[in-house]
Amino acid sequence: MGLLTPDPGLLFWMIIVFGAVFFILAKYGFPVIIKMVDDRKAYIDNSLKSAREANERLANIKKESEQILAEAHDEQARILTQAAETADRIVKAAQERAFAEGERLMGEMKKQIETEKESAIRDIRRQVAVLSVGIAEKIMRNKLADTQEQQELIDRMLDEMLESAKK
Amino acid sequence: MKKLKSIVLLLLLLVSVPGMLNAQQADSLSVAAAAPSEEEEVNVSELVFGHIGDAYEWHIATLGGKEWSIPLPVIVHSSTGWHVFSSSHLKEGEYEGLYIASQGTNEGKIVERNAAGEEVRPFDISITKNVLGLFINSAVLLLILMSCVRWYKKHPVEEGAPRGGVGMVEAMVLMIYEDVIKGCIGEDYKRYAPYLLTAFFFVLVNNLMGLIPIFPGGANVTGNIAVTLVLAVCTFILTNVYGSKEYWKEIFWPEVPVWLKVPIPMMPVIELFGIFTKPFALMIRLFANIMAGHAAILSLIAIIFITVKAGAVINGSMTAVAVLFGIFMDALEVLVAFIQAYVFTMLSAVFIGLSRVKGSEE
Repeated sequence: MGLLTPDPGLLFWMIIVFGAVFFILAKYGFPVIIKMVDDRKAYIDNSLKSAREANERLANIKKESEQILAEAHDEQARILTQAAETADRIVKAAQERAFAEGERLMGEMKKQIETEKESAIRDIRRQVAVLSVGIAEKIMRNKLADTQEQQELIDRMLDEMLESAKK
Repeated sequence: MKKLKSIVLLLLLLVSVPGMLNAQQADSLSVAAAAPSEEEEVNVSELVFGHIGDAYEWHIATLGGKEWSIPLPVIVHSSTGWHVFSSSHLKEGEYEGLYIASQGTNEGKIVERNAAGEEVRPFDISITKNVLGLFINSAVLLLILMSCVRWYKKHPVEEGAPRGGVGMVEAMVLMIYEDVIKGCIGEDYKRYAPYLLTAFFFVLVNNLMGLIPIFPGGANVTGNIAVTLVLAVCTFILTNVYGSKEYWKEIFWPEVPVWLKVPIPMMPVIELFGIFTKPFALMIRLFANIMAGHAAILSLIAIIFITVKAGAVINGSMTAVAVLFGIFMDALEVLVAFIQAYVFTMLSAVFIGLSRVKGSEE
């Protein structure tokens, strides 16, 4: 038997063994491995996809939060300006009211002072009149002890009255 | 890339280095015992072809004139019915009317004498060295792949890719599946994937096991034409049974000038012939490569024993040379073992792919 002539016994066993190996591997071997690899590939693809989605969602959330933050800032600023305005308004109104009140009070004060003044003046006048009458009485009593002098005074007074009447 | 490197390195370490040492030991033992003690010429061709060929026993070593070998069962259906016995019975000569022919076309095979006194071969399905090697290698192959499968069953997808041995097998499966099968066959590749993957791993494991020189390995399985014949026939069947209409049209009515096919069907004959030459080339390529590799390594080792008579200096230097070249050849054979498995698978895939052509011309 040369090297180039196939031996029937070996041929027989080779067919059986290779057939069996092929059967086992084709049924239980390679499909499992290939399926596993395909599954893993699908799993990795899925994982990548979900990771990308999660990333996107995260980015969205970030953007949203930033937006919310910005809105809050705006709101805050708006409220602050509003509060300032309100405070201004209130202060102004209070000032106005205080001013008006002051005016009114001043007016009243003036009026009262005026009346007080008038009554005081009237009082003074009366007092002055009373006092001057008294004083005049006392002076008169002193001066008019002498009848000549009394005559003189009456003359002078009459002259004065005549002069003022002439005029 | 780094993975591939480590795989190659691993294979080299696994097979080549211990293999080399063992090859030397085993063969040196067998020849060393024979050569100096009996003062005989070292018969290199006998040594080499004794290893390359088949045998009814698994020879391990010859120590001090005593042969160490594993007897294997002989299963024969002769004219006197079935005979099943250990091959050790055949050492003494005839047993149950059967004996190993010492010359002629059936040299080294079990024969019987028919009524006319001629040597004829009975129906012989003995578990010879190559058959046992085939069993062991197939068992190794199944063990490796099924343990991978078991790993996959135990580990759900979420745990990620395997590492280590399983990862290596997976990488190889994917390499063949994605690059070779998918690339060469095109659509429908899934139908052929199990065969092509089986062929690849079968050839690879047998090639590598053949490089291990001591018992569980060392059988020249893929370097035997019967083995490669079966593989080639499988490819032939797959190629032609599922051949498309276009494929057969290309064979019997190819696109050539009419005078090449009408009066004398020149091109159809050539094309038809091509159907057979393609798998034939597959068969011869694998067989010749592996056989030649075994022969080359054994011849290099034989140099050591041939030069024993030339004196210590020449013998010593030649031993060094032989060992260096032997290491080189063994490393080369590891590469060849892979390349031949790859080439066989790739060409099978290409042939199948060619038989699946769809009419695309105008």
